[in-house]
Amino acid sequence: MDIWSTLNDTFLDWGSMKEVLPEMLKVGLLNTLVLAASSVVLGTLLGMVVAVMALSRKRWLRWPAKIYTDVFRGLPAILTILLIGQGLSPITRHWWGPNPYPLGILALSLIAAAYIGEIFRSGIQSVEKGQLEAARALGFTYPAGMRLVVIPQGVRRVLPALVNQFIALVKESSLVYFLGLLASQRELFRIGQDAAATNGNLSPLLLAGIFYLVITVPLTHLVNHFDKRLREGRPTDESRADDVVREELAHADHR
Amino acid sequence: MQTTVEAASLDVEGVELAFGSNKVLRGVDLAVPAGRTACVIGPSGSGKSTLLRAINRLLEPDAGDVRLAGESVLRSNPDELRRRIGMVFQHFNLFPHKTVLENITLPLRKIKKLGPDEARTAALAQLELVGLGNKAAARPGTLSGGQQQRVAIARALAMKPEVMLFDEATSALDPELVKGVLGLMADLAQAGMTMVVVTHEMGFAREVADQVAFMDHGVVVESGVPEQLFTAAESPRLRLFLSQVL
Ligand SMILES: Nc1ncnc2c1ncn2[C@@H]1O[C@H](COP(=O)(O)OP(=O)(O)OP(=O)(O)O)[C@@H](O)[C@H]1O
Ligand SMILES: [Mg+2]
Repeated sequence: MDIWSTLNDTFLDWGSMKEVLPEMLKVGLLNTLVLAASSVVLGTLLGMVVAVMALSRKRWLRWPAKIYTDVFRGLPAILTILLIGQGLSPITRHWWGPNPYPLGILALSLIAAAYIGEIFRSGIQSVEKGQLEAARALGFTYPAGMRLVVIPQGVRRVLPALVNQFIALVKESSLVYFLGLLASQRELFRIGQDAAATNGNLSPLLLAGIFYLVITVPLTHLVNHFDKRLREGRPTDESRADDVVREELAHADHR
Repeated sequence: MQTTVEAASLDVEGVELAFGSNKVLRGVDLAVPAGRTACVIGPSGSGKSTLLRAINRLLEPDAGDVRLAGESVLRSNPDELRRRIGMVFQHFNLFPHKTVLENITLPLRKIKKLGPDEARTAALAQLELVGLGNKAAARPGTLSGGQQQRVAIARALAMKPEVMLFDEATSALDPELVKGVLGLMADLAQAGMTMVVVTHEMGFAREVADQVAFMDHGVVVESGVPEQLFTAAESPRLRLFLSQVL
């Protein structure tokens, strides 16, 4: 048996790729992006709430946040998605019919919020105590000091981890297929899988994989960019350091 | 420098403060008339920073009272109180995610509710007064320590405080940058600000302070005019301290 031709038939059947391409672009890519983007937005908002609760000085806010985080980080994503997506659908059916997207997005967001909450919490906690103290000394209330001074700095520090979480969401969005999708609701993975079954080879799935990479690889590079900027700081002008000292001395002399 | 200083008197009376079982302030008394400068000196851990934080209620005193312009600060809203008391820290604590100008306009806009143009004008004027008008657009991180501390002073002054608290404002600076910041503080004292200055700079205390208070183990052990304190110290603890730092 010719290994090369077997692999070629399995993965590089251009015909079946070409056939599924329009659907993958128009239906699959769009649905994956909708799923991922909505979960990113909702998960980030929820995650910020969880982080602020976890950092609260009030125990009745801290504990629910901690339990929430433990539960949603501790369960397999697929289990959470099935429990929420199927479990709640008899209730939500009355509002938006059997469409699995709202519940799928909710489940993905709840899972993401547990991770994102921890990311935000660690970032916010890493901001020096003096920052909040300086804000409060100026007259900012605790919430205003957190919102205007501490949280923006904390978030900046965890941007790389946050983007990693977004990448995970893009990939995890494929799990909603377990909830059962109508033809028009299929995302990249499901379209790839269906076409693979019909054609009897895996080329359409390979194509789906390429689409995932098209989304995730730029995000990976964004992570690296943030990482680098955080490590190196903003570029500074070497020569300015000398000016600073000279100017400082001039200022001192002048008294 | 600053032309319009509206300073208030500050009276600390029997202030006590403990962290758990660690009694850090054990009845501190300090009276600073309006427009005067008090320097607080003393060994590490004697409670100097804690005293400043008790004055503006970043820490709540357990007992005693603090009066600003004769009125107890314990009765007012702490957030509103702090708007009347400026504070400068050892490590500047500028907001690194904002430009120098934004560091000053942020509290003006959000707390004093000034419009953008008004806040900008006020902030630029204050920056000019500390000699850094040309650094408005820079990030704090690109400035020298001395420049950062001058921005921190400008940020506090822009709020038009009635009292200024300085907690070792020059301790984190390279030696050649100390003079500029001390000069600025001396100018401010000259302009009539009420100031409480925690410092290790004995030269500054001697030349600028109207009174010097020596703290040890959570109490003011001895206080008086600098001349008397530095040349005719009564308590053995102060004499020992001075022999170590002078
Ligand atoms: N937030 C805090 N929690 C618990 N203990 C504290 C806290 N802040 C200060 N202390 C304790 O209070 C005591 C006095 O501290 P403080 O910072 O007021 O001293 P200081 O005179 O400013 O010293 P230094 O010259 O080193 O700055 C120290 O024993 C310190 O450990
Ligand atoms: Mg101190």
